[in-house]
Amino acid sequence: MFSLEGLTNSLQQWLNAHFSSTWVLVIESLLVILLAITLFAILGLVLVLMERKVAAHMQIRLGPNRVGPMGMFQTTADTLKLIMKEGLTPDGADKFLFNLAPFVVMIVAMLLLAPIPFAQNFQIWDINIGVLFVSAVSSISVIGILMAGWASNNKYSLLGAMRSGAQIVSYELSAGLSIITIVVLTGSLQLSDIVSSQQNGWWIFKGHIPAFIAFVIFIIAVTAETNRAPFDMAEAESELTAGFHTEYSGMKFALFFLAEYINIFIVCAIGATLFLGGWMPLHIGNLEGFNHIMDYIPSSVWFFGKVFFLIFLIMWFRWTFPRLRIDQLLNLEWKYLLPISMLNLLLVTIMAIMGWHF
Amino acid sequence: MNITQILFWFLTVLAIGSSLMVITSRNPVYSVLSLIVTFFALSGHYILLNAQFLAIVNLIVYAGAIMVLFLFVIMLMNLNAETEPQKNKWLRFAGIIAGGCFLLVMVAALRDADSRAATAMTTYGETGLIQHLGKVLFNEYVVPFEISSVLFLSAMVGAVVLGKKE
Repeated sequence: MFSLEGLTNSLQQWLNAHFSSTWVLVIESLLVILLAITLFAILGLVLVLMERKVAAHMQIRLGPNRVGPMGMFQTTADTLKLIMKEGLTPDGADKFLFNLAPFVVMIVAMLLLAPIPFAQNFQIWDINIGVLFVSAVSSISVIGILMAGWASNNKYSLLGAMRSGAQIVSYELSAGLSIITIVVLTGSLQLSDIVSSQQNGWWIFKGHIPAFIAFVIFIIAVTAETNRAPFDMAEAESELTAGFHTEYSGMKFALFFLAEYINIFIVCAIGATLFLGGWMPLHIGNLEGFNHIMDYIPSSVWFFGKVFFLIFLIMWFRWTFPRLRIDQLLNLEWKYLLPISMLNLLLVTIMAIMGWHF
Repeated sequence: MNITQILFWFLTVLAIGSSLMVITSRNPVYSVLSLIVTFFALSGHYILLNAQFLAIVNLIVYAGAIMVLFLFVIMLMNLNAETEPQKNKWLRFAGIIAGGCFLLVMVAALRDADSRAATAMTTYGETGLIQHLGKVLFNEYVVPFEISSVLFLSAMVGAVVLGKKE
């Protein structure tokens, strides 16, 4: 049976047989870097195309259908066009920070890949505080956005960056609190432990209604954290031209664009890992036959299936809800989501102490 | 030199260099950004000492929250090198003397400290791991820990109450 675990194990054995331990480390690091970059490129192409197709479907259009079969190579063509374009730097801009900002945003997105379990025993770094690592590093991306907005020396960019800063800092609270509910239920911050605790059922089912509330709050908060519509105040085309990346063109713009989609993938991967069991197959109670059939599907397929389901959900939001105003956005967080998630955390704690979950 | 040593020297140079940048750069935005780099380098040091929890909390609290607030304020006020007010010459002089005195005291205090003989435990120490930290916090220091968490919680509730007031 195909499994990524077997692949990495045989690779490790082969490397150990042929090289000294230092070189094995170096070669493995290079391989991980190469794989991460490949994953990024593929995800960027696939997710942009998916977004356009989903949008077209929701609006009863066809979407891109000219380049390649079903328009499959449309995003590749767009990327080639962006590479060819000149990367302008405005005269009044702070040159150094202006050029650094897209890379900061990108590197943060790359760092977030490290603790995600893509399949059974297939993980770059199983750090023992994986969940905290994710929330810490994702809070750094706002610095890149603020840098971009300020260095552009443009009022729209600065306004967009300020909005984005306020938004990300405040929605981080709810996202963090809903992550903590699962940490309380599991009793571990390590992502591999969290996945293996869902062997007999995913937390969204095992944790009763509080876990479901946490899941909903998590999805809302991460939609806001990735600056997606209906919370895309940072770019708000109708008010701010393009928000914090108004002045960017060519490949530097493409990096921001790519980072947005990668961030969506990563937050959905975290959501799938915490609430939907990560790479764990769907098991229903004592239905032995059904469970065995589910076990035959490889764990990586389960993981990517769940992640893409959540990504579809977030895209669905974008084409369903109108954009909020900035004051409505902050009201929603501070007056509703934060009190609800604190109360919810209390409920979950009581539940975990009394052992009411399955 | 093994990998740990190379990383240590790299992080040390990064930390000292960027903290010098904090006080020497003319532009306040650059100062704040170099301070963030300093925090990253320090977090790297914590990870080398196997204190992963401390490293991440350092990033969340300082780089992620406080520094973002700093950046926010400084960017909104739009302080630039041109608009920087000229500081009083005597004030600078006093600042140098005060800082020099502090350095002298620190050097004198640390010269005979026990920590000089102790070697850092890299990559295998248990002290910084979250299991150990949690046990210490909830056994030995439970009262101060609870008091400070109630303080933070009340600050958060206070923010919500202030926001609710029309």
